[in-house]
Amino acid sequence: MIVRHAALQAAAIGLAGALLAGCAATPSRVDPFEPTNRVMFEIHDAVDTAVMRPFIQFYTDAVPQPIRQAVSNFFNNIDDMISAANDLLQGDFDQLGNDLGRVTLNTGMGMGGLVDLASMVGIPRGNQDFGLTFAKWGFDQGPYLFVPLFGPTTVRDGTGWIVRLFVGPVGYISDVPLRNSIYGVGAVDLRAQVTEATKIVDTAALDRYTFIRNAYLQRRRYLQYDGKPPPEPEDQQ
Amino acid sequence: MSIMRSMLRHAIFATFVVAAAFHVETAAAQESPDATVKRVAEDTLAAIKSDPQIQAGNQARIREVVEAKVAPYFDFTRITALAMGKNWRVATPEQQKRLTEEFRSLLVRTYSSALAQYRDEKIDYKPLRMNAGDTEVIVRTAVVRSSGPPVPIDYSMAKKPDGWKCYDVVVGGVSLVTNYRDEFNAQIQSGGVDGLIKTLADRNKGMAAK
Repeated sequence: MIVRHAALQAAAIGLAGALLAGCAATPSRVDPFEPTNRVMFEIHDAVDTAVMRPFIQFYTDAVPQPIRQAVSNFFNNIDDMISAANDLLQGDFDQLGNDLGRVTLNTGMGMGGLVDLASMVGIPRGNQDFGLTFAKWGFDQGPYLFVPLFGPTTVRDGTGWIVRLFVGPVGYISDVPLRNSIYGVGAVDLRAQVTEATKIVDTAALDRYTFIRNAYLQRRRYLQYDGKPPPEPEDQQ
Repeated sequence: MSIMRSMLRHAIFATFVVAAAFHVETAAAQESPDATVKRVAEDTLAAIKSDPQIQAGNQARIREVVEAKVAPYFDFTRITALAMGKNWRVATPEQQKRLTEEFRSLLVRTYSSALAQYRDEKIDYKPLRMNAGDTEVIVRTAVVRSSGPPVPIDYSMAKKPDGWKCYDVVVGGVSLVTNYRDEFNAQIQSGGVDGLIKTLADRNKGMAAK
Protein backbone atom coordinates (compact mmCIF):
# COMPACT_ATOMS: atom_id res chain seq x y z
CA MET A 1 0.00 0.00 0.00
CA ILE A 2 2.75 2.38 0.97
CA VAL A 3 4.61 1.75 -2.25
CA ARG A 4 1.56 1.91 -4.49
CA HIS A 5 0.37 5.06 -2.78
CA ALA A 6 3.83 6.55 -3.18
CA ALA A 7 3.81 5.77 -6.89
CA LEU A 8 0.54 7.66 -7.32
CA GLN A 9 2.09 10.52 -5.41
CA ALA A 10 5.07 10.43 -7.73
CA ALA A 11 2.74 10.92 -10.66
CA ALA A 12 0.88 13.70 -8.84
CA ILE A 13 4.11 15.44 -7.86
CA GLY A 14 5.46 15.08 -11.36
CA LEU A 15 2.38 16.89 -12.63
CA ALA A 16 2.45 19.52 -9.89
CA GLY A 17 6.15 19.99 -10.51
CA ALA A 18 5.60 20.46 -14.23
CA LEU A 19 3.12 23.24 -13.43
CA LEU A 20 5.60 24.86 -11.07
CA ALA A 21 8.48 24.65 -13.52
CA GLY A 22 7.91 28.19 -14.74
CA CYS A 23 8.45 29.74 -11.29
CA ALA A 24 11.31 27.67 -9.88
CA ALA A 25 13.75 30.01 -8.10
CA THR A 26 16.99 28.31 -9.08
CA PRO A 27 16.24 26.06 -12.03
CA SER A 28 18.82 23.32 -12.42
CA ARG A 29 19.22 20.82 -15.16
CA VAL A 30 18.71 17.69 -13.05
CA ASP A 31 16.46 19.09 -10.34
CA PRO A 32 14.16 21.75 -11.77
CA PHE A 33 11.58 21.14 -9.03
CA GLU A 34 14.03 21.57 -6.17
CA PRO A 35 11.82 23.88 -4.05
CA THR A 36 8.90 21.41 -4.19
CA ASN A 37 11.20 18.43 -3.73
CA ARG A 38 12.72 20.01 -0.63
CA VAL A 39 9.27 20.36 0.95
CA MET A 40 8.57 16.69 0.13
CA PHE A 41 11.94 15.77 1.62
CA GLU A 42 11.14 17.64 4.85
CA ILE A 43 7.80 15.82 5.14
CA HIS A 44 9.49 12.50 4.45
CA ASP A 45 12.24 13.22 6.94
CA ALA A 46 9.80 14.21 9.69
CA VAL A 47 7.82 10.96 9.25
CA ASP A 48 11.02 8.95 8.93
CA THR A 49 12.46 10.39 12.15
CA ALA A 50 9.24 10.15 14.15
CA VAL A 51 7.96 6.77 12.94
CA MET A 52 10.27 4.81 10.68
CA ARG A 53 13.57 5.11 12.54
CA PRO A 54 12.17 4.01 15.92
CA PHE A 55 10.18 1.25 14.24
CA ILE A 56 13.20 -0.03 12.32
CA GLN A 57 15.18 0.00 15.56
CA PHE A 58 12.43 -2.09 17.16
CA TYR A 59 12.33 -4.45 14.17
CA THR A 60 16.12 -4.92 14.24
CA ASP A 61 16.12 -5.55 18.01
CA ALA A 62 13.05 -7.78 18.14
CA VAL A 63 13.48 -9.94 15.04
CA PRO A 64 16.57 -12.20 14.94
CA GLN A 65 18.99 -11.66 12.08
CA PRO A 66 18.34 -15.01 10.31
CA ILE A 67 14.63 -14.20 10.08
CA ARG A 68 15.32 -10.68 8.81
CA GLN A 69 17.65 -12.26 6.27
CA ALA A 70 14.90 -14.65 5.15
CA VAL A 71 12.55 -11.66 4.73
CA SER A 72 15.17 -9.89 2.60
CA ASN A 73 15.70 -13.06 0.57
CA PHE A 74 11.97 -13.40 -0.07
CA PHE A 75 11.74 -9.87 -1.51
CA ASN A 76 15.04 -10.22 -3.36
CA ASN A 77 13.59 -13.29 -5.08
CA ILE A 78 10.69 -11.17 -6.35
CA ASP A 79 13.23 -8.54 -7.45
CA ASP A 80 15.11 -11.26 -9.32
CA MET A 81 11.92 -12.13 -11.26
CA ILE A 82 11.53 -8.46 -12.18
CA SER A 83 15.23 -8.36 -13.07
CA ALA A 84 14.80 -11.38 -15.39
CA ALA A 85 11.93 -9.62 -17.19
CA ASN A 86 14.17 -6.57 -17.66
CA ASP A 87 17.13 -8.65 -18.84
CA LEU A 88 14.81 -9.91 -21.57
CA LEU A 89 13.66 -6.38 -22.46
CA GLN A 90 17.30 -5.28 -22.63
CA GLY A 91 18.36 -8.33 -24.65
CA ASP A 92 20.95 -9.29 -22.02
CA PHE A 93 20.69 -13.06 -22.31
CA ASP A 94 23.69 -13.88 -20.09
CA GLN A 95 22.13 -12.06 -17.18
CA LEU A 96 18.70 -13.45 -18.08
CA GLY A 97 20.14 -16.95 -17.61
CA ASN A 98 21.54 -15.96 -14.23
CA ASP A 99 18.36 -14.35 -12.99
CA LEU A 100 16.09 -17.17 -14.22
CA GLY A 101 18.47 -19.69 -12.68
CA ARG A 102 18.36 -17.78 -9.40
CA VAL A 103 14.56 -17.61 -9.31
CA THR A 104 14.16 -21.30 -10.24
CA LEU A 105 16.68 -22.47 -7.65
CA ASN A 106 15.54 -20.20 -4.83
CA THR A 107 11.83 -20.65 -5.40
CA GLY A 108 12.04 -24.41 -5.99
CA MET A 109 14.64 -25.48 -3.48
CA GLY A 110 15.07 -22.42 -1.25
CA MET A 111 11.66 -22.58 0.41
CA GLY A 112 9.91 -20.19 -1.99
CA GLY A 113 12.76 -17.69 -1.90
CA LEU A 114 13.38 -17.59 1.86
CA VAL A 115 16.82 -19.15 1.38
CA ASP A 116 19.19 -17.61 -1.17
CA LEU A 117 20.80 -20.82 -2.42
CA ALA A 118 21.75 -19.15 -5.71
CA SER A 119 24.10 -16.70 -4.00
CA MET A 120 25.65 -19.55 -2.04
CA VAL A 121 26.58 -21.26 -5.31
CA GLY A 122 27.76 -17.95 -6.76
CA ILE A 123 25.09 -16.94 -9.29
CA PRO A 124 25.24 -13.11 -9.33
CA ARG A 125 22.11 -10.98 -9.10
CA GLY A 126 21.20 -8.92 -12.15
CA ASN A 127 19.59 -6.09 -10.14
CA GLN A 128 17.85 -4.74 -13.24
CA ASP A 129 14.63 -2.77 -13.05
CA PHE A 130 12.31 -0.95 -15.46
CA GLY A 131 13.99 2.39 -14.80
CA LEU A 132 17.31 0.93 -15.97
CA THR A 133 15.65 -0.65 -18.99
CA PHE A 134 14.18 2.73 -19.99
CA ALA A 135 17.66 4.24 -19.50
CA LYS A 136 19.27 1.62 -21.74
CA TRP A 137 16.58 2.17 -24.34
CA GLY A 138 17.72 5.77 -24.45
CA PHE A 139 14.99 7.58 -22.52
CA ASP A 140 16.09 10.74 -20.74
CA GLN A 141 16.09 10.48 -16.93
CA GLY A 142 13.86 13.56 -16.67
CA PRO A 143 13.60 15.71 -13.54
CA TYR A 144 14.67 14.41 -10.16
CA LEU A 145 11.78 13.81 -7.75
CA PHE A 146 11.65 13.24 -4.03
CA VAL A 147 8.57 11.30 -2.99
CA PRO A 148 7.59 11.11 0.71
CA LEU A 149 7.64 7.53 2.09
CA PHE A 150 9.30 6.37 -1.11
CA GLY A 151 12.47 8.39 -1.41
CA PRO A 152 14.61 9.71 -4.24
CA THR A 153 13.68 8.95 -7.84
CA THR A 154 13.42 10.53 -11.28
CA VAL A 155 10.56 10.69 -13.75
CA ARG A 156 12.16 7.76 -15.61
CA ASP A 157 12.75 5.63 -12.51
CA GLY A 158 9.37 6.56 -11.02
CA THR A 159 7.66 5.47 -14.23
CA GLY A 160 9.60 2.22 -13.92
CA TRP A 161 8.16 1.73 -10.43
CA ILE A 162 4.60 2.31 -11.65
CA VAL A 163 5.13 -0.30 -14.40
CA ARG A 164 6.53 -2.66 -11.79
CA LEU A 165 3.48 -2.28 -9.55
CA PHE A 166 1.29 -3.42 -12.43
CA VAL A 167 3.41 -6.39 -13.47
CA GLY A 168 4.77 -7.43 -10.03
CA PRO A 169 3.41 -10.66 -8.57
CA VAL A 170 2.29 -9.15 -5.26
CA GLY A 171 -0.26 -6.93 -6.99
CA TYR A 172 -2.13 -10.05 -8.15
CA ILE A 173 -2.83 -11.28 -4.63
CA SER A 174 -6.58 -10.81 -4.25
CA ASP A 175 -6.60 -10.94 -0.43
CA VAL A 176 -6.23 -7.22 0.27
CA PRO A 177 -5.00 -7.41 3.90
CA LEU A 178 -2.42 -10.05 2.91
CA ARG A 179 -1.31 -8.02 -0.08
CA ASN A 180 -0.98 -4.85 2.00
CA SER A 181 0.92 -6.75 4.70
CA ILE A 182 3.42 -7.93 2.11
CA TYR A 183 3.88 -4.36 0.84
CA GLY A 184 4.28 -3.19 4.44
CA VAL A 185 6.90 -5.80 5.37
CA GLY A 186 8.67 -5.08 2.07
CA ALA A 187 8.88 -1.39 2.97
CA VAL A 188 10.26 -2.19 6.45
CA ASP A 189 12.81 -4.57 4.95
CA LEU A 190 13.98 -1.95 2.45
CA ARG A 191 14.24 0.75 5.11
CA ALA A 192 16.14 -1.57 7.49
CA GLN A 193 18.70 -2.27 4.77
CA VAL A 194 19.63 1.39 4.45
CA THR A 195 19.99 2.03 8.19
CA GLU A 196 23.78 2.00 8.08
CA ALA A 197 23.89 4.20 4.99
CA THR A 198 21.55 6.66 6.72
CA LYS A 199 23.95 6.98 9.65
CA ILE A 200 26.83 7.75 7.29
CA VAL A 201 24.77 10.37 5.44
CA ASP A 202 23.93 12.00 8.79
CA THR A 203 27.65 12.39 9.48
CA ALA A 204 28.88 13.22 6.00
CA ALA A 205 26.31 15.58 4.53
CA LEU A 206 26.38 19.35 4.84
CA ASP A 207 22.91 19.39 3.32
CA ARG A 208 21.24 15.99 3.38
CA TYR A 209 18.83 16.81 0.58
CA THR A 210 21.65 17.58 -1.87
CA PHE A 211 23.82 14.73 -0.64
CA ILE A 212 21.07 12.14 -1.11
CA ARG A 213 20.13 13.53 -4.53
CA ASN A 214 23.70 13.38 -5.79
CA ALA A 215 24.32 9.93 -4.37
CA TYR A 216 21.10 8.60 -5.89
CA LEU A 217 21.81 10.02 -9.36
CA GLN A 218 25.44 8.84 -9.31
CA ARG A 219 24.36 5.37 -8.21
CA ARG A 220 21.71 5.07 -10.95
CA ARG A 221 24.16 6.28 -13.59
CA TYR A 222 26.64 3.64 -12.42
CA LEU A 223 23.99 0.91 -12.69
CA GLN A 224 22.83 2.18 -16.09
CA TYR A 225 26.35 1.67 -17.45
CA ASP A 226 26.78 -1.70 -15.67
CA GLY A 227 29.43 -0.38 -13.32
CA LYS A 228 31.49 1.39 -15.99
CA PRO A 229 30.05 4.89 -16.35
CA PRO A 230 31.86 7.20 -18.80
CA PRO A 231 33.40 10.28 -17.12
CA GLU A 232 31.05 13.19 -16.68
CA PRO A 233 31.86 16.42 -18.54
CA GLU A 234 32.91 18.13 -15.27
CA ASP A 235 35.48 15.42 -14.55
CA GLN A 236 37.27 15.87 -17.85
CA GLN A 237 38.79 19.25 -17.11
CA MET B 1 89.23 4.89 25.07
CA SER B 2 85.87 3.79 26.34
CA ILE B 3 84.48 7.16 25.29
CA MET B 4 85.87 6.58 21.82
CA ARG B 5 84.35 3.12 21.71
CA SER B 6 81.02 4.41 22.93
CA MET B 7 81.04 7.16 20.31
CA LEU B 8 81.94 4.70 17.63
CA ARG B 9 79.12 2.44 18.72
CA HIS B 10 76.71 5.35 18.63
CA ALA B 11 77.94 6.33 15.20
CA ILE B 12 77.45 2.82 13.88
CA PHE B 13 74.02 2.63 15.47
CA ALA B 14 73.06 6.02 14.01
CA THR B 15 74.20 4.90 10.58
CA PHE B 16 72.02 1.83 10.84
CA VAL B 17 69.00 3.87 11.95
CA VAL B 18 69.41 6.31 9.06
CA ALA B 19 69.91 3.48 6.60
CA ALA B 20 66.88 1.64 7.95
CA ALA B 21 64.75 4.78 7.81
CA PHE B 22 65.89 5.44 4.25
CA HIS B 23 65.11 1.87 3.35
CA VAL B 24 61.59 2.14 4.75
CA GLU B 25 61.10 5.41 2.88
CA THR B 26 62.14 3.96 -0.47
CA ALA B 27 60.15 0.81 0.20
CA ALA B 28 57.02 2.91 0.70
CA ALA B 29 57.76 4.90 -2.46
CA GLN B 30 58.22 1.74 -4.51
CA GLU B 31 55.26 -0.14 -3.06
CA SER B 32 52.57 -0.71 -5.70
CA PRO B 33 49.27 1.17 -5.21
CA ASP B 34 47.23 -1.98 -4.66
CA ALA B 35 49.74 -3.18 -2.07
CA THR B 36 49.43 0.16 -0.28
CA VAL B 37 45.61 -0.08 -0.19
CA LYS B 38 45.75 -3.65 1.06
CA ARG B 39 48.36 -2.93 3.74
CA VAL B 40 46.52 0.14 5.06
CA ALA B 41 43.11 -1.58 5.02
CA GLU B 42 44.26 -4.79 6.69
CA ASP B 43 46.33 -2.88 9.23
CA THR B 44 43.38 -0.66 10.15
CA LEU B 45 40.88 -3.51 10.40
CA ALA B 46 43.30 -5.53 12.55
CA ALA B 47 43.75 -2.53 14.87
CA ILE B 48 39.99 -2.10 15.16
CA LYS B 49 39.36 -5.77 15.84
CA SER B 50 42.01 -6.00 18.54
CA ASP B 51 41.15 -2.78 20.37
CA PRO B 52 38.86 -3.44 23.37
CA GLN B 53 37.90 0.25 23.65
CA ILE B 54 36.74 0.33 20.02
CA GLN B 55 34.82 -2.90 20.48
CA ALA B 56 33.09 -1.20 23.43
CA GLY B 57 32.02 1.61 21.09
CA ASN B 58 34.60 4.32 21.80
CA GLN B 59 34.23 6.69 18.82
CA ALA B 60 37.16 8.93 19.78
CA ARG B 61 39.45 5.91 19.78
CA ILE B 62 38.37 4.92 16.24
CA ARG B 63 39.19 8.44 15.08
CA GLU B 64 42.67 8.11 16.60
CA VAL B 65 43.21 4.90 14.64
CA VAL B 66 41.97 6.52 11.41
CA GLU B 67 44.22 9.56 12.00
CA ALA B 68 47.26 7.36 12.63
CA LYS B 69 46.76 4.62 10.05
CA VAL B 70 44.52 5.92 7.25
CA ALA B 71 44.81 9.72 7.02
CA PRO B 72 48.54 9.74 6.04
CA TYR B 73 47.58 7.93 2.82
CA PHE B 74 45.02 10.52 1.71
CA ASP B 75 45.90 13.61 -0.31
CA PHE B 76 43.43 15.95 1.40
CA THR B 77 44.53 19.03 -0.53
CA ARG B 78 43.76 17.34 -3.83
CA ILE B 79 40.48 15.90 -2.49
CA THR B 80 39.39 19.38 -1.39
CA ALA B 81 40.46 20.94 -4.70
CA LEU B 82 38.48 18.33 -6.66
CA ALA B 83 35.38 18.79 -4.51
CA MET B 84 35.68 22.57 -5.01
CA GLY B 85 35.95 22.22 -8.79
CA LYS B 86 36.28 25.58 -10.52
CA ASN B 87 35.79 27.39 -7.19
CA TRP B 88 39.21 26.21 -5.97
CA ARG B 89 40.98 28.82 -8.11
CA VAL B 90 38.76 31.56 -6.70
CA ALA B 91 39.83 30.76 -3.11
CA THR B 92 42.93 32.46 -1.64
CA PRO B 93 45.82 30.22 -0.43
CA GLU B 94 44.71 30.92 3.18
CA GLN B 95 41.10 29.91 2.36
CA GLN B 96 42.36 26.79 0.60
CA LYS B 97 44.32 25.84 3.70
CA ARG B 98 41.34 26.39 6.02
CA LEU B 99 38.99 24.49 3.66
CA THR B 100 41.37 21.54 3.50
CA GLU B 101 41.66 21.40 7.31
CA GLU B 102 37.91 21.51 7.88
CA PHE B 103 37.05 19.10 5.07
CA ARG B 104 39.75 16.72 6.30
CA SER B 105 38.19 16.75 9.75
CA LEU B 106 34.72 16.00 8.30
CA LEU B 107 36.05 13.16 6.15
CA VAL B 108 37.99 11.56 9.00
CA ARG B 109 34.84 11.69 11.11
CA THR B 110 32.72 10.19 8.33
CA TYR B 111 35.24 7.43 7.67
CA SER B 112 35.39 6.67 11.38
CA SER B 113 31.62 6.38 11.69
CA ALA B 114 31.58 4.02 8.70
CA LEU B 115 34.34 1.90 10.27
CA ALA B 116 32.47 1.84 13.58
CA GLN B 117 29.87 -0.31 11.83
CA TYR B 118 32.51 -2.79 10.74
CA ARG B 119 31.79 -6.31 11.97
CA ASP B 120 33.20 -9.36 10.24
CA GLU B 121 33.32 -8.20 6.64
CA LYS B 122 36.17 -9.30 4.42
CA ILE B 123 37.80 -7.25 1.71
CA ASP B 124 38.26 -8.72 -1.72
CA TYR B 125 41.14 -7.06 -3.65
CA LYS B 126 40.69 -7.11 -7.42
CA PRO B 127 43.70 -7.57 -9.75
CA LEU B 128 45.30 -4.21 -10.58
CA ARG B 129 45.29 -3.04 -14.18
CA MET B 130 48.24 -0.69 -14.53
CA ASN B 131 50.74 0.18 -17.23
CA ALA B 132 54.40 0.82 -16.45
CA GLY B 133 54.89 4.51 -15.78
CA ASP B 134 51.26 5.20 -14.80
CA THR B 135 51.05 7.85 -12.08
CA GLU B 136 47.29 7.56 -11.51
CA VAL B 137 45.42 4.28 -11.10
CA ILE B 138 42.19 2.94 -9.65
CA VAL B 139 42.52 0.18 -7.06
CA ARG B 140 39.32 -1.87 -7.02
CA THR B 141 38.10 -3.70 -3.93
CA ALA B 142 34.81 -5.11 -2.67
CA VAL B 143 33.58 -5.46 0.88
CA VAL B 144 32.08 -8.93 1.20
CA ARG B 145 29.41 -9.17 3.87
CA SER B 146 27.81 -12.21 5.44
CA SER B 147 24.42 -10.88 4.30
CA GLY B 148 23.65 -8.77 1.29
CA PRO B 149 25.60 -8.23 -1.91
CA PRO B 150 29.28 -7.20 -1.91
CA VAL B 151 29.87 -3.44 -1.89
CA PRO B 152 32.42 -2.33 -4.49
CA ILE B 153 34.84 0.32 -3.20
CA ASP B 154 37.33 1.86 -5.62
CA TYR B 155 40.27 4.01 -4.56
CA SER B 156 41.70 6.56 -7.00
CA MET B 157 45.43 6.66 -6.29
CA ALA B 158 48.12 9.07 -7.47
CA LYS B 159 51.87 8.59 -7.25
CA LYS B 160 53.65 11.08 -5.00
CA PRO B 161 57.33 11.32 -3.97
CA ASP B 162 56.51 9.58 -0.66
CA GLY B 163 54.32 6.82 -2.08
CA TRP B 164 50.80 6.39 -3.50
CA LYS B 165 48.07 8.64 -2.08
CA CYS B 166 44.31 8.34 -2.42
CA TYR B 167 42.38 11.28 -3.90
CA ASP B 168 38.88 9.82 -4.28
CA VAL B 169 36.85 6.93 -2.89
CA VAL B 170 34.00 5.55 -4.99
CA VAL B 171 31.49 3.41 -3.06
CA GLY B 172 29.05 1.45 -5.22
CA GLY B 173 29.51 3.97 -8.02
CA VAL B 174 29.11 7.01 -5.76
CA SER B 175 32.20 9.23 -5.79
CA LEU B 176 32.86 11.05 -2.55
CA VAL B 177 34.43 13.99 -4.35
CA THR B 178 31.68 14.37 -6.94
CA ASN B 179 29.02 14.06 -4.26
CA TYR B 180 30.38 17.07 -2.38
CA ARG B 181 30.82 19.23 -5.48
CA ASP B 182 27.19 20.39 -5.67
CA GLU B 183 27.03 20.93 -1.92
CA PHE B 184 30.17 23.06 -1.97
CA ASN B 185 28.97 24.98 -4.99
CA ALA B 186 25.59 25.74 -3.37
CA GLN B 187 27.30 26.95 -0.17
CA ILE B 188 29.69 29.17 -2.13
CA GLN B 189 26.87 30.69 -4.19
CA SER B 190 24.96 31.66 -1.08
CA GLY B 191 27.78 32.66 1.28
CA GLY B 192 31.05 32.73 -0.66
CA VAL B 193 34.12 30.65 0.13
CA ASP B 194 34.13 31.96 3.71
CA GLY B 195 30.52 30.83 4.04
CA LEU B 196 31.54 27.29 3.07
CA ILE B 197 34.46 27.37 5.53
CA LYS B 198 32.08 28.49 8.28
CA THR B 199 29.53 25.78 7.43
CA LEU B 200 32.22 23.10 7.54
CA ALA B 201 33.69 24.46 10.79
CA ASP B 202 30.27 24.73 12.49
CA ARG B 203 29.43 21.21 11.40
CA ASN B 204 32.71 19.85 12.79
CA LYS B 205 32.19 21.72 16.08
CA GLY B 206 28.60 20.49 16.31
CA MET B 207 29.66 16.88 15.81
CA ALA B 208 32.60 17.18 18.21
CA ALA B 209 30.18 18.29 20.91
CA LYS B 210 28.06 15.18 20.46
